[in-house]
Amino acid sequence: MAHIIGGIGTTHVPSIGGAIAKGKQTDPYWKPFFDMFPPVRGWLKSERPDVVVVIYNDHGLNFFLDKMPTFAIGAAASYHNADEGWGLPVVRSFTGDPALSWHLAEGLVADEFDIVTCQEMLVDHAFVVPMQLLYPDVDPAGAGADWPVRVVPISINTVQHPIPSAARCYKFGQAIGRAIRRYDQDINVLVVGTGGLSHQLEGTRAGFINKEFDRLCLDRLVAHPKDLTKYSSEELVELAGSQGVELLNWIAMRGALGDNVDAISSSYHVPISNTASAVLALAAA
Amino acid sequence: MAHTHPIEGTIIFDGAIAQRGYALNKLCFSFNDRANRDAFLADEDAYCEKFGLDAAQRAAIAHRNVTELLDAGGNVYYLAKFAGIFGLDVQDIGAQQLGVTKEASVPG
Repeated sequence: MAHIIGGIGTTHVPSIGGAIAKGKQTDPYWKPFFDMFPPVRGWLKSERPDVVVVIYNDHGLNFFLDKMPTFAIGAAASYHNADEGWGLPVVRSFTGDPALSWHLAEGLVADEFDIVTCQEMLVDHAFVVPMQLLYPDVDPAGAGADWPVRVVPISINTVQHPIPSAARCYKFGQAIGRAIRRYDQDINVLVVGTGGLSHQLEGTRAGFINKEFDRLCLDRLVAHPKDLTKYSSEELVELAGSQGVELLNWIAMRGALGDNVDAISSSYHVPISNTASAVLALAAA
Repeated sequence: MAHTHPIEGTIIFDGAIAQRGYALNKLCFSFNDRANRDAFLADEDAYCEKFGLDAAQRAAIAHRNVTELLDAGGNVYYLAKFAGIFGLDVQDIGAQQLGVTKEASVPG
């Protein structure tokens, strides 16, 4: 049966992709950020996941406002990145696991999460940047080393309100976890939740960051994730900033891991661009 | 929809705004493609005409003004694609709204 090794929450700020493309990892601005990742990669190297389920939000590459699914899952043999309009180099494609994708869709719908299925799904920086951070040896241009894992993208709408509540996203993650554990293949699965932490790009509160709330989230996500499910969407906007609601992807990731986890690594660095950056790795018990 | 309480300096991008800003956001969404970015730069009036912007949206595009674009229903993720045409990023977008330099707008 499939085994969930654990989960990782990580920031997905686009400029990280730019820094990787330009080889700026050791520049003074970037070094504190990239230094957060070696412990996470060390853990991944020992656990060797076969598949990564990435829970993220699309920012207008695959989905536009004409059709905006609250929850959507990729069910494709491969996933492509593409031009997002502001100059980030396009990263090599990813190999999917359609059998697992359809198994998850079956399990989620049986569990009353009537998810949208996508046989074509472009993946934007919110999917690509975390994969680049976890697998830095992969050649993003496509000539050298390929991704060592298959992927299943799952998107949550955090762009257009009404967005799903924190409580709903936690239950969604729990349903993803149940479905993975019921999968009849001996594979190791990593669940990643991307985005955040606190940031706000628009309005006179642009530049808003809430270190206290971010620290609270990083703490509660380990042993008391249900504490975060009490917040309404508006409360999350107020506490984390209007784009900080990407925390929902982390909450869903945590839901998939089961009750007990061990924290492998937890780091926080302010700012990257206008965002509070963080990475959290949790081993499932 | 009516929210329980407004959050100062914050826009909740909801159905009403998404409906009002649809044409503007659709224009910005099109800038994922280089050919569309080039077409906009080649003939801005003709390109905007195709998307049916209202007068406020057309003026906000002409003024390159983030606050006006947001007031006209723009979503910041789509506006970032418009800003990208001019080599600007979300920090530039933040600084323009606050009326400060990019350096001064960086949170700490």
